[in-house]
Amino acid sequence: MNDAASKDKRRKLVDATMRRFGHSQYALIETLHTVQEAYGFLDDDNLKYVAEELRVPLSKIFGVATFYHFFTLKPQGEHTAVLCTGTACYIRGVPGILSAIKKNFSVDAGETTEDNRLSLLTARCIGSCGLAPAIVLDGEIAGQVTPEIVVDRIGRMIQNDT
Amino acid sequence: MTPEDFKKIGETHRKKRDGFDYTINVCTAAACVSLQSDKVKDELTRQVKEQDKKDVCRISGTGCLGLCASGPLVTINNDQALYGGVKPEDAAEIVKNIDKKPVKRLQIPADMPFFARQTKIALEHCGKTDPEVIGDYLALEGYEALYNCLTTMEPVEVIDIMVKSGLRGRGGGGYPVGLKWSTVHKAVGAKKFVICNADEGDPGAFMDRSMLESDPHSIIEGMAIAGYAVGASHGYVYIRGEYPLAIKRLKAAIRQAERQGFLGKNICETPFSFDVEIRLGAGAFVCGEETALIASIEGRRGTPRPRPPYPAQYGIWGHPTLINNVETFANISPIVRKGADYYASIGTERSKGTKVFALAGSINNTGLIEVPMGITLREIVYDIGGGILGGKKFKAVQTGGPSGGCIPEEYLDMKVDYESLAQVGSIMGSGGMIVMDETSCMVDVAKYFMDFCQSESCGKCAPCRVGTAQMYNLLNLISQGKATMHDMELLEELCDVVRNTSLCGLGQTAANPVLSTIRFFRDEYLAHINDKKCLAGVCVIEHKEEPVL
Repeated sequence: MNDAASKDKRRKLVDATMRRFGHSQYALIETLHTVQEAYGFLDDDNLKYVAEELRVPLSKIFGVATFYHFFTLKPQGEHTAVLCTGTACYIRGVPGILSAIKKNFSVDAGETTEDNRLSLLTARCIGSCGLAPAIVLDGEIAGQVTPEIVVDRIGRMIQNDT
Repeated sequence: MTPEDFKKIGETHRKKRDGFDYTINVCTAAACVSLQSDKVKDELTRQVKEQDKKDVCRISGTGCLGLCASGPLVTINNDQALYGGVKPEDAAEIVKNIDKKPVKRLQIPADMPFFARQTKIALEHCGKTDPEVIGDYLALEGYEALYNCLTTMEPVEVIDIMVKSGLRGRGGGGYPVGLKWSTVHKAVGAKKFVICNADEGDPGAFMDRSMLESDPHSIIEGMAIAGYAVGASHGYVYIRGEYPLAIKRLKAAIRQAERQGFLGKNICETPFSFDVEIRLGAGAFVCGEETALIASIEGRRGTPRPRPPYPAQYGIWGHPTLINNVETFANISPIVRKGADYYASIGTERSKGTKVFALAGSINNTGLIEVPMGITLREIVYDIGGGILGGKKFKAVQTGGPSGGCIPEEYLDMKVDYESLAQVGSIMGSGGMIVMDETSCMVDVAKYFMDFCQSESCGKCAPCRVGTAQMYNLLNLISQGKATMHDMELLEELCDVVRNTSLCGLGQTAANPVLSTIRFFRDEYLAHINDKKCLAGVCVIEHKEEPVL
């Protein structure tokens, strides 16, 4: 571990979580949650670090990290759009919305655009079924959307800081 | 702390509340927040100041008011007026008219069937209290049930109340709660655990999220009572990582409860100690299965193991463990307070009490509802739900998510209880209820759920891992108009195999959406196969060779 990393504030958060559980192997999932919250995704360095600290084989950590949908091993773009694909959203027009986003921003579900401005993700259900179809744009839920509204809002979202 | 003390806290709080002539409640559950109810609340607060009504008027955030379709919702003195679709710019008018006639333009009639037909027990505090303030909960007899259990009852007496109430697990299986508690109570172990399953994995369900966001203390109280009854001193809430607001409120509620002495050591000055910890789920549907959930809390991949031994004997870290879901725990304190007989007087012969449903899909009044068991589907869809969106034709109600089935029109007058739903090939499930109209294709719906199951299958047992993928492929062929009748037979055979040979509930019920749609909507399957047509116009069928006549 180099000096820069040890001084990293985010690393301290990860350490704190592991300490809270007395560095027991049971802390693995909670620790991965902290890593993802602090770094945005689970990077190799951190996975190796957690493996050493908790004395869990790296293969097992990789197994856990890929088993759960919540964890991502890829960095996200500057903006994220999480489209809900729950039942209520699905029957109220998600397939159309998904293809509109794909077409307009040339990005596939689970991928990030080449210019790194937009990551398109899908969620199993965000629990906002009363607002179906729903999409989460940079953490804010937009409900009862149509393909046109979504394309417009994503367009404005990624243009905002240029 | 004695009951006098916490009654005093509640009383002081109530006085503080009652000192105002008007209380404006703004719904701050996720659905309304996403429609900017927080901005409405800020603007109302500003207007109250500006119009100099600070002494008579109080603004408070509350939990879910239920009618999510008309959010953001605002109430005046709980039932004096209910406003829907409120925008920040409406705030001035609402505050101006607070002591006059309600603003007609925004008003939703409080006697509309959506509200009048409900019976609220688990949701009794939802929309009436501020979920972030323990005083609000105490003012409404909060934690009294726990105190009474600890000071006047033996654990077996508490279990006896649950047995008599007839409460069944609300997570889907419907296992009698009293029986489960008594098994864990009798289990031998130096340490025991209580787990609240809040890993609401069904797509199309938001009951647990709403309850945790609206009334977290009732779940904590329910868990503590359960802990006392079974002899556990430690509880976990296994909650979805995707529910940030629910996590935040639950965390705050646990801290408040600890500070007031309702959690921690020697609760209410009795020898009983109980604490609650939060564990974040990470988005795996299979973790709704008890043994998989335990594996996940232990920091491992969420794969189930064969049962027995059941968690009641051999649960987390090998200790006897009680697992109930959020709604079950929310029912505990009202049952203790109001009595088992009261609860058992509601509902049907074998399904007692009420059930919370998340009503969504192609329906006018989407939202969170609680109805007595035995109500008919027609009443839910047409009276409470206000009928089909856009005047379209009803096609089916889907209950139980990926483990449930689609119920067609001819069963609309069927009573909603565990047994009736099972008879038509569906399940009660945790309470997701999706209404579908004529524009939904049932083959497509079955395909949707199978896609879900195949991706959520943990991969441990072959029937589920391979079977769900094969069923998905077959459904895909059918929906594309490329299948033959042989494929259809194969699909039905696979359903049977996967159902009977899978290790856990996920695989055992994965075929339900397929079987129930084949049973009730066979003509749609046949239209795809024989006529290469999707009756609802959803599936894209490529016609390679148009017949030339």
